[in-house]
Amino acid sequence: MIPDYLAEFFGNKFIGYLIAAALPLFLWILPYALYAVYAERKVSAFMQDRIGPNRVGPKGLFQTIADILKLIQKEDIVPASADKPLFVMAPYVIFAGTFAAFAALPFSSIYIGSNINLGVFYIMAVSSFSVVGILMAGWAGNNKYSLYGAMRSVAQIVSYEVPALLAIVSAVMVIGSLNLNEISEMQTAYFWNWWIFGGPVVGIKKFLLIIPMTIAFIIFFIASLAEVNRTPFDIPEAESELVAGFHTEYTGMKFAMFFLAEYGNMFVVSAISVSIFFGGWQSPFGYLGNSLGISWLIPVEQVFWFLFKGSLLVLVQMWLRWTLPRLRVDQLMTVCWKYLTPYAFINLVLIGIITLF
Amino acid sequence: MNTPNEQSQYKSKILETLLTKATDVVIEDTLENGMVLNMGPQHPATHGVLRLLINIDGETVIGCVPELGYLHRGYEKIAENSTYHEFIPHTDRLDYLAPLSNNTAFALAVEKLAGVEIPKRAKYIRMIISEMARIASHLVAIGTMAMDVGALTVLLWSFREREKLQDIMDLLTGARFTTSYTRIGGVASDWTPQCTAMLKDFLEHFDENLDEMERLLNTNRIFLERTEGIGVISAEQAIAMGLTGPNLRATGIDYDVRRVFPYLDYENIDFNVITYTEGDSLARYWVRCDEMRESAKILRQCLEKMPDGDILAHDPKNVLPKKFDVYTKMEELIHDFMLVNFGLNPPVGEVYFSVENPKGELGFYIVSDGTGHPWRLKIRSPSFVNLQSLPLLIKGHMVSDIVAIIGSIDPVMGEADK
Amino acid sequence: MIEQYIPLILAILIALLFSLFLLKASSWFGPQRPNPEKLSTYESGMEPVRTARERFSVKFYIVAIMFIIFDIEVVFLYPWAVNLKNLIDLMGFFIIAEMFIFIIILLAGYLYLLKKGALKWD
Repeated sequence: MIPDYLAEFFGNKFIGYLIAAALPLFLWILPYALYAVYAERKVSAFMQDRIGPNRVGPKGLFQTIADILKLIQKEDIVPASADKPLFVMAPYVIFAGTFAAFAALPFSSIYIGSNINLGVFYIMAVSSFSVVGILMAGWAGNNKYSLYGAMRSVAQIVSYEVPALLAIVSAVMVIGSLNLNEISEMQTAYFWNWWIFGGPVVGIKKFLLIIPMTIAFIIFFIASLAEVNRTPFDIPEAESELVAGFHTEYTGMKFAMFFLAEYGNMFVVSAISVSIFFGGWQSPFGYLGNSLGISWLIPVEQVFWFLFKGSLLVLVQMWLRWTLPRLRVDQLMTVCWKYLTPYAFINLVLIGIITLF
Repeated sequence: MNTPNEQSQYKSKILETLLTKATDVVIEDTLENGMVLNMGPQHPATHGVLRLLINIDGETVIGCVPELGYLHRGYEKIAENSTYHEFIPHTDRLDYLAPLSNNTAFALAVEKLAGVEIPKRAKYIRMIISEMARIASHLVAIGTMAMDVGALTVLLWSFREREKLQDIMDLLTGARFTTSYTRIGGVASDWTPQCTAMLKDFLEHFDENLDEMERLLNTNRIFLERTEGIGVISAEQAIAMGLTGPNLRATGIDYDVRRVFPYLDYENIDFNVITYTEGDSLARYWVRCDEMRESAKILRQCLEKMPDGDILAHDPKNVLPKKFDVYTKMEELIHDFMLVNFGLNPPVGEVYFSVENPKGELGFYIVSDGTGHPWRLKIRSPSFVNLQSLPLLIKGHMVSDIVAIIGSIDPVMGEADK
Repeated sequence: MIEQYIPLILAILIALLFSLFLLKASSWFGPQRPNPEKLSTYESGMEPVRTARERFSVKFYIVAIMFIIFDIEVVFLYPWAVNLKNLIDLMGFFIIAEMFIFIIILLAGYLYLLKKGALKWD
């Protein structure tokens, strides 16, 4: 494991942990967030018969960097009637909540920021931390649009937390672990062993598990869309109704932090889906390192597969955003409480019965 | 309205209307439970500078007061101080999504006043441009409505189609947006074979592209849920509110000026008047979609039937002479001088003429005192009248429905504020 | 095992420091030219009609209450789910049945909420 190796290398556990914790931020989150924004713009352009950003750098690749540089130079406005401490704190809370989740993601068999036994639980907990930030941002601005955005956002995230957790719990019943690294390790060999295909279970039970596991994944995916405020659940930011929702009053870098956090969150929820249902860092078909006999290649491949699968799910989220209209707030609640939650419960019971076999 | 005191009085009056008269829904809580939200004039969903003061309880709208006038330019007054020809460019800026249609409407009204009979070719060109304007305007209407409920892609797709029409307009009139294309007694420039080719090319792919656009929405459960049963208005209410155009036809009344009071050559054209009976946002959307297909049908017939001939009537007292003749012939020069400086010579009297614009019935009521300027010019703009129904439609719905309803009414503030 | 949580705390600290750096950078590079108009609250270009700090609709709070009930119940499910495999070996069908009873009690509460119209927004 890299954290232990780093600790040994520096002769100090603390420094090792520090570097291990900081690695994902600088090596993955920031480049990812920058290029996710770029990808979103290119994806939308592709879907809408446009060209998309193409001026800054080759094919517009440096567009988001230019945007961030621009936003850094913008004036940081705190409205006179705002609740200043809350207003300033909100972006920190949201950004920290998103980033803290990354520290527990298993990027590869040898790299995980912190290999805790409660991985899944921890990530779900910290990523819903952003609710607090959103509520702070919405309340602090003393703006009605912000307040509505925040209220809707909280109601939405909080509601969809229930089906999401239920979907995970039903998967965990079969998996029997909350440690993300362990879960990834279980789904070894080839994609047939991913949990969405019944996992490394033998016999008839595996085939029985495919349908409930797929349902669990779909429920979790829909709920995770809602948790990261993506279309069709983007009512907190519904630009045609609430202008910009909870971050209406934010300018410059503070606004950029919300933006980065949103894209970071998109990856976090995708990473949970990948780890639990799609084999985590496991390759779908053997490792090149194994067949070539180069052992150090395997972890690199694992990182690739993890990021690849995660990005693919992020891409699906973008695809949905540019295809679907958004729901109304009551419809949103109906979807959650009248459909997803009961289905998740039924699914749970179903998996419970299957485990008896 | 000038002193701060009066302003604040005015404001409090609005508030009072909101909190007392406009709230037919009784708030059972004795304490004040609502919140007054300003939607517009600077808001992404109000299609321009419409301002809505809405009284909301949670997400439910209790009352709504639309406020107009942020784009008021006093066109009716400007008209009184300009000749009939001078006013044509102003009509571009009424419904700026369909300027060609407005040009046509105004020219027809003045021609009716002055008794000018225009050549048949000009009539067909005017029909073609009116229908092109209708398609262009409806494309924006369904695009923005879809955008308001959150489906951004449809907007871009509809603008792609619209762009093809704008290219034709550019070629025909020299401008994409502010066309000022019609003249009293005809049109400014002739319809060329290149225009025909481009329009045919557009029409060839239009149906299929429209189907593609509709596929994104028509079977989309979310879109249907967001618009079905939202902003329902009955036929009686719609008539009482003075709704016209697609908004009226969505309630099941087949009132179409083109069919009821045919102008130009519409009586010789085969087209259907689209009606739906639901009267909700979805029906208004469907009426627009189907109307575009009908417009395409009209365009095909017009291209087929278009005769050769002059594009301007021969009426020296009322119609501007050709530029070449002005430079070479004495009589034309004098007529041109008189027409430009003093305007044409309509008889004393009054006239009302209305056409079916994309947004509804656009009418010009002109009172003439025999001089070159109208004594009074009243514009019956459909957007203004349609917006009347907004409080009725919105009441009782949710904040998110407001945008769907405004999108389905499809107001253009340039027209509503005149 | 508590040691494993140190990187998590460090990660949060690094995130806070990093965001502090970004926001500071914007205050170094960005201008500071406030004026009353700029600092006023945005409400579609008009002066705000009253304030946003008013009584707010109770519907949102009902959702929050529902969340608290269900979320706590779901959290109770986690330890059970993780150990389900061992428990089945130990106690067989009993352990599943027990949880089903728990879920049925939950569903009763859920049905009560539905009947009471806690999800009606109009």
